[in-house]
Amino acid sequence: MPTIRIRRAVTSAAFAALGCCVLSACSVEPWVKPYERDHMADKIMSLDPNPVSSAYIDHVHDAREGSRGATGGAGGGCGCN
Amino acid sequence: MKRGIVALLLLMLARSGVAGVLPEDRADVLLHSYDGGGVTIQGPSLLVRKQFAQKFSVSANYYVDKVSSASIDVITTASPYKEQRTQKSIGFDYLHDRWTLNLGVISSVENDYSAKTYTFGVSQDVFGDLTTISLGYSLGNNEVRRRGDATFRDTVKMQSYRLGVSQILTKNLLVGLSFETITDEGFLNNPYRQVRYLDSGSPIGYSYEREIYPRTHTSDAASLRLRYYLPWRAAVSAAYRDYHDTWGVKGGTFELGYTHPVDRWTFDGKIRSYSQTKGDFYSDLFPRSRYQNFIARDKELSTFSSQSISLGATYDIMKGGWKFIEKGSLNIVFDHFMFDYQDFRDLRNVAATPGTEPLYNFDADVFEFFASFWF
Repeated sequence: MPTIRIRRAVTSAAFAALGCCVLSACSVEPWVKPYERDHMADKIMSLDPNPVSSAYIDHVHDAREGSRGATGGAGGGCGCN
Repeated sequence: MKRGIVALLLLMLARSGVAGVLPEDRADVLLHSYDGGGVTIQGPSLLVRKQFAQKFSVSANYYVDKVSSASIDVITTASPYKEQRTQKSIGFDYLHDRWTLNLGVISSVENDYSAKTYTFGVSQDVFGDLTTISLGYSLGNNEVRRRGDATFRDTVKMQSYRLGVSQILTKNLLVGLSFETITDEGFLNNPYRQVRYLDSGSPIGYSYEREIYPRTHTSDAASLRLRYYLPWRAAVSAAYRDYHDTWGVKGGTFELGYTHPVDRWTFDGKIRSYSQTKGDFYSDLFPRSRYQNFIARDKELSTFSSQSISLGATYDIMKGGWKFIEKGSLNIVFDHFMFDYQDFRDLRNVAATPGTEPLYNFDADVFEFFASFWF
């Protein structure tokens, strides 16, 4: 379908742009200094503090909903039953 | 069987892929319980991660689903059944400077389905470690069988492409972006599920026949997650996911959460709202047998919405450590789901005129109890 091809082209372009970004961005000055990251280091700011639990509940969602993927980690699925 | 079982371990493996640092040495023992819509699913999940040589980390997981099903599909077209699904996986992480490479293998076995999935991922920290970028790929080779039919055997090939970006925007705001495309090829429907069609020769006005799905399926999903540190040491989170696929399903997921620590306790609350449109070849009642090339009556392909609330509590233990354990926690999480279907009907009342039965809905309760230990 044309829309799918367009999406794939956009995704490919995004990946290419990302690669260039990675190669060129290592020298950028961080705008949040290391000594300002104590809040980020707090365990309550973890996007996924308990992987065994979040993976399980994501699986519960995945099994009962038509949507899948982009849940913050990986995703995928056998796509079967 | 349910779609997406391999995703569980893919998630576990991929979530370890934080660049610049290896996953913590940690062991988790979880007991899970799902009860809703005539289905109960229980079992354990054990996950252990261990670093060695300061550059490598291995993880292993053992997961079991013990299923007892008398779902609306089962009681209207088949007989209640019990089955067990067992998954085993092993993952490997390698850290070099700000790069992390991860590899994994997942094996899932049940009496009518086998799956083996290989995962690969790479992550890197950039912008002075404010940004983590990750790329991932998975390949799954699955075999579908049907109980009571030794002649039926088919395959599914799954491929997943992932891109993730985690960004510290300010000293209090963390943002996560995730994109994923998944393609499947092979036998993609449930080998037992049936559609119904109008049949004047049937005493109840309709009959059943097996579903027929396309043999390809491609989906795209994108999600945005925000987490903000509040002035009184608490965190608020928000997330949105957009989904669409080549079967015509469009879905949206919205979440809001709050985390509040008090001494040794940490409390979590979350609300979640999900809605989707139906697939192109879904119908609750087809006008006649083999009405079109592809036919489905899977309620996960219907138009529906679900709302859920989640409450969790964590209690830190062993703060001073005990033998080789540095610390631990005891955790409980409860989720309550409410599913409302807009074009999937409850066929338990066979006296109703076909197509006028009440719309189906059900609630589900999910409990998780788990203990975590860091060493």
